[in-house]
Amino acid sequence: MSKPNWYMLTLVGRDRPGIVAHVTHALYEGGCNLGEASMMRLGGNFTMMMMVRYEGAARALAELVEPVSESLGLRLHVDRISGALHHHLEPDVRITVSGADRAGIVAQVTGALAEAGLNILNLESDVAGSEDEPLYIMHIEGQATEGIEALQSALDIVTRNGVKASLAPMDTLIG
Amino acid sequence: MAILDILTWPDPRLKETAQPVTTFDETLHAFIKDLEETMRAGPGAVGIAATQVGSLQRVIIIDASSRKNVPHHGRQVLINPEITHWEGYAVGREGCLSVPDYTGNVIRAERITVEALDEAGATHTWRMEGFEARLAQHEIDHLDGLLFLDRLVSRRHDLYRRKRYD
Repeated sequence: MSKPNWYMLTLVGRDRPGIVAHVTHALYEGGCNLGEASMMRLGGNFTMMMMVRYEGAARALAELVEPVSESLGLRLHVDRISGALHHHLEPDVRITVSGADRAGIVAQVTGALAEAGLNILNLESDVAGSEDEPLYIMHIEGQATEGIEALQSALDIVTRNGVKASLAPMDTLIG
Repeated sequence: MAILDILTWPDPRLKETAQPVTTFDETLHAFIKDLEETMRAGPGAVGIAATQVGSLQRVIIIDASSRKNVPHHGRQVLINPEITHWEGYAVGREGCLSVPDYTGNVIRAERITVEALDEAGATHTWRMEGFEARLAQHEIDHLDGLLFLDRLVSRRHDLYRRKRYD
């Protein structure tokens, strides 16, 4: 068996009901298989990133999706990737950061954590609160390559100016 | 002794409800030995339920002793286990021999009391907390046909859930 062709498909556009169903139906009809994917609504847009296995070329894959993406008003991007399934890394730390929304929180916090050895596997953030008092909330799961204590020290420093951060070790239970 | 085959989801037998053990004989003891050997052979496994090897009897084995700084009772065979008390809750990461290559966050009670029989049929009451309590809840779920997949919480909305339960 030859090595499967994996592509990363990115679609972004104004959210409306039926996007996932229409896009995935077109892929299925075209002979594609889906792998890992992340799909979510961000600021009224719907965003999809999907690993897609397809034996043809990138151009042919784009042509499969274009009738649907154009009719739904989605921008489409196709990349050939060298990835494969079953390459998960297990996080060993979970970090939650929240604070009054201001420019630079993410850069400051993730910069300090990166220096302290954090490898981010998953990051999701949201702005809650109100227009007048926006509250920034960020969840990170990752690997503490230099130990949890190093990350805690880094967080203690960045949280001095009004940002709240909590760190919890993750010890995955296999049962 | 033998390493038994582990059922993997979506095998429908993982959704069955296991029946209480009523006979404490050599057949049961031989099965428990095999079940434990199967658990020890599973990569990283710290617990197993009879359901996972296709035997619908209420038997689980747990052993949290591999974890540092975690309160535990060592290796335990719990037969017909019942959780009689729950307290607190915590989010933790779980995986399962029956769901290879996937892990997810699950909310479990932080402290529990478990009544169970041992291999000889004698009743014991165990107070468990943290990792060991989570482990017992994960395995007892198997006896009721539940997988951790049935209890996953969204990573994105973890914080909101916490607020609601606080």
